[in-house]
Amino acid sequence: MKLARTKLKVNFQLLLSIAVIFLITSCGNSNEETHEEAADIPATQEMMAELTSPPNVPRGVGKRKAKKLIVNMEILEKEGTMTDGTTYNYWTFGGSVPGSFIRTRVGDEVEFTLSNHPDNKLPHNIDLHAVTGPGGGATSSFVAPGHEKTFNFKTLNPGLYVYHCATAPVGMHIANGMYGLILVEPKGGLPKVDKEYYIMQGDFYTKGEHGDPGLQPFDMQKAVDEDADYVVFNGKVGSLTGDNAITANVGETVRLYVGNGGPNLTSSFHVIGEIFDNVMVEGGDLINTNVQTTSIPAGGAAIVEFKVDVPGTFILVDHAIFRAFNKGALGMLNVEGEENKSIYSGVVQEGIYQPEGGGIQTMPDDAKATVATSTSEKSLAEKMESGKQIYMQTCFACHQAEGQGIPSAFPPLANSDYLNADVDRSIGIILKGKTGEITVNGEKYNSVMTRQAISNDEIADVMTYIYNSWGNNKTNVTKARVDKVKSGH
Amino acid sequence: MKTILRLTICVLLLWVTKANCQSEMVPIKGGTYIPLYGRDSMKVTISDFQMDVYPVTNQQFLEFINKYPKWQRSQIIKLFADDNYLMNWKSDTELNESMSLNAPVTNISWFVANDYCECQGKRLPTVDEWEYVAMSNETKADARTLESYNEYILGWYEKPKTFNNAIGSTFKNYWNVYDLHGLVWEWTSDFNSVLVSGESRKDVDKDNNLFCGSAAIGATDLMNYAAFMRYAIRGSLKAKYSMKNLGFRCVKDINE
Repeated sequence: MKLARTKLKVNFQLLLSIAVIFLITSCGNSNEETHEEAADIPATQEMMAELTSPPNVPRGVGKRKAKKLIVNMEILEKEGTMTDGTTYNYWTFGGSVPGSFIRTRVGDEVEFTLSNHPDNKLPHNIDLHAVTGPGGGATSSFVAPGHEKTFNFKTLNPGLYVYHCATAPVGMHIANGMYGLILVEPKGGLPKVDKEYYIMQGDFYTKGEHGDPGLQPFDMQKAVDEDADYVVFNGKVGSLTGDNAITANVGETVRLYVGNGGPNLTSSFHVIGEIFDNVMVEGGDLINTNVQTTSIPAGGAAIVEFKVDVPGTFILVDHAIFRAFNKGALGMLNVEGEENKSIYSGVVQEGIYQPEGGGIQTMPDDAKATVATSTSEKSLAEKMESGKQIYMQTCFACHQAEGQGIPSAFPPLANSDYLNADVDRSIGIILKGKTGEITVNGEKYNSVMTRQAISNDEIADVMTYIYNSWGNNKTNVTKARVDKVKSGH
Repeated sequence: MKTILRLTICVLLLWVTKANCQSEMVPIKGGTYIPLYGRDSMKVTISDFQMDVYPVTNQQFLEFINKYPKWQRSQIIKLFADDNYLMNWKSDTELNESMSLNAPVTNISWFVANDYCECQGKRLPTVDEWEYVAMSNETKADARTLESYNEYILGWYEKPKTFNNAIGSTFKNYWNVYDLHGLVWEWTSDFNSVLVSGESRKDVDKDNNLFCGSAAIGATDLMNYAAFMRYAIRGSLKAKYSMKNLGFRCVKDINE
C-alpha cells in the first residue's frame, strides 16, 4: 500500500514536469516561426471561406492564423451568353466562368464540399492544383448529379493555382468552362495593394463560327484541332469591357490574379500602356520585374502588379493579337484621376512628315484634274470617288466598310441621327476629335476619336461621301464650309 | 365456336400481359465488338438477347409500386435508396402534376430497377449489352465512326431537362429500339465494373479508372466523347443512388 502511494507521488511529479515542459513548448509553438514544415502548422478554428465570382477577389488573409476553412462549391450546368446574340451551355463551378475564387493561406486545412445540382446531366469532380495528393482531389470528389462529396486537404505551398474538372472527357469539361483559381497566401498574406481583380482566359469551340447567332453547341473536332472560335477573358466576350470594365484611380497599385483555363491555348497576357512592376511568374515565388507581356500556360496562372500613374483606358489583351481583336480576348481597365504630363503628354504637336524632303512632289497624272481641284469645286461624282478612297484609308478601321460601326465601341455613320442632325458639328469632330459620351441611334457610346490629319479639301470629300451613302441626308459638303468651321465661323 | 373462344382468351391473355407492364421487346442478334474501354483491346462477344423497346415509364412503375409497396418512398429500406429516390413524386403512389405518365421513370435506385426487371422475368442489361445496342443509329449496327451519330448524342448531353419527354420521342435504331440516346441515362446491371471498382477510394490504379491521363491510356477510341461521358456517369454512381436523369429498361435472355 505504501509502495503504491510512493509510486503515485512519483507519477504525479512526473506528470507535473511533463505538463511544464509541454506548456513551455506549446508557448514556443504559438509563434509560427518555429514551424518549418507547412504540414505542421496547426489549424485550430473553423471558418467559412468567402467565395467570389470574377472579377472580384475575396478579402486577403492578412495576419490570420491557419484555420479549418470550409469551402462549399456547387456545380451548375447552365445556358449563358457568349457574345451578343450567341449563347452557350456552360458547365460551371459556382455558376460563373471562371469558377468562384478561393482564397486560403499556407497551413489551412480546407474542408471542400462539391455539390452537383440534381438538374445536371453529368458527373463532375475537381482537381485543385493546390492539393498535394492523388488527382489533386479528383478521385475523392467524383460526384453524380444530385449528390455531394466532401474531402480535406492541407495547403502546403503558397502560390496561385488553377482548379478544374477532371472527369472524362476532361477536355470537354474544361472547354465548357470548368476551371477557376485558388490562391494560397504565404503566412502574413501578400503585401497590401489598392485594387485586386480576378481574370481568367479560356478558349471556346462552337459549331458555328465566331459571332454566329443562337445557342451554339460545343464542337469536339475544332477543340481537338485547337481551332478556337472564341478566346475570352472571364467566360464571354465583353465581360471586362464597357460597364464591366475594372477600375482604379491614379496612384493606386493594381494586382491582377490571372489564370488560363485553356483547354488549349497559352496566353500572352499584356496590358496596353502599362508595364508590370512585378510578376509572380507562373503564380509561384519567382518575381520578375518590369515585364511587358507574361506568358500564362493553359492550366497555369500568374500574379501581375502595377501602379497606375496616368488616367485613361488600359486595354487587357492576349497579345497573340488576333485573339484580342477577332476572338474576344479583350478587357478594359479604366483609370481615373489627374493627368501627369511628365509621364504621358498626349499629342503635343502635329506636323507633315515628308521623308523625301519638301521639294519632291508627286505630279498628278492628269493635268486637268489638278486644275479642277485647285480652281473650282469638284463635281459630286469626283468628290464621291475621292471621298471613298479617303474613307477607306482613314475611317474604315473603326466605322467599318458600310458605315455600320462596331457595337458599343464605335458609333455607326450609316443612317446616323447624330451625323445628320448637325453637319458643322460633324466637320468639327474630324477637325478637333471627340471624347466623351454621345448617343447615336439610341445607343450610348463613350470612346475617343482623335482629330484626323487630313486637309480641309479631303474632309469636304469624305464628308460628302459619308452624307451621300448609307441612307444619310445627302449633304454636299464644300471646302469653304470646312474652312469656315475650322476658322470658327 | 371453340376456336373463337380460344382466340379470344389468347388475345385477352396477350392484352392482360401487356397491361401487366410486360412491355414490348425486340430481338437483338449477338455479335463481337470492341467497346470504348476494352482492356488490351479485348473484344467483347454478346449472345442473342431481347431488349425492351422503350425505357420503363412512370405509368408502368406506378403499377409496379402499387403491387410491391416495399419499394414505396416511405417504405423502402434506406440501404436500397438515397434521399433522392422518387423525389419528384407527390406521394408514395402519386406522380407530381408536372410529370407525364408516358415519360421514363427516373430517380430510381439500382436495387429497385433490378427488382423491377426480375419481377417481369427479365434482368438489367450489362454495360456491354447496352453499349452494343446503343452503338447503332437508324440504319447501321455500328455507327460510332459517323460524325452525325456522335454529334446527336453530344447534343443531347447538353440539352437540359429531357427526362420529362415521352418515350419514343427520339429515333428508332437499327435494332428497332427507341430512346437509348436523347432521353435519360439508363442503369445497367454491372454499371460500375469498368470505370470504378467497388471501393472508389482505392481508385488510383490506372486500369480501373478514366480520370485525366488514364482516360487516354485506357480508351480505344479517343474521339468517342459520348461514350466517355456514359462511362463517367456510370462510374459516379452507387447502387443506392437515384438521379433525375437516370432511368432503366430491361432485357431478357433467349432460351432455346
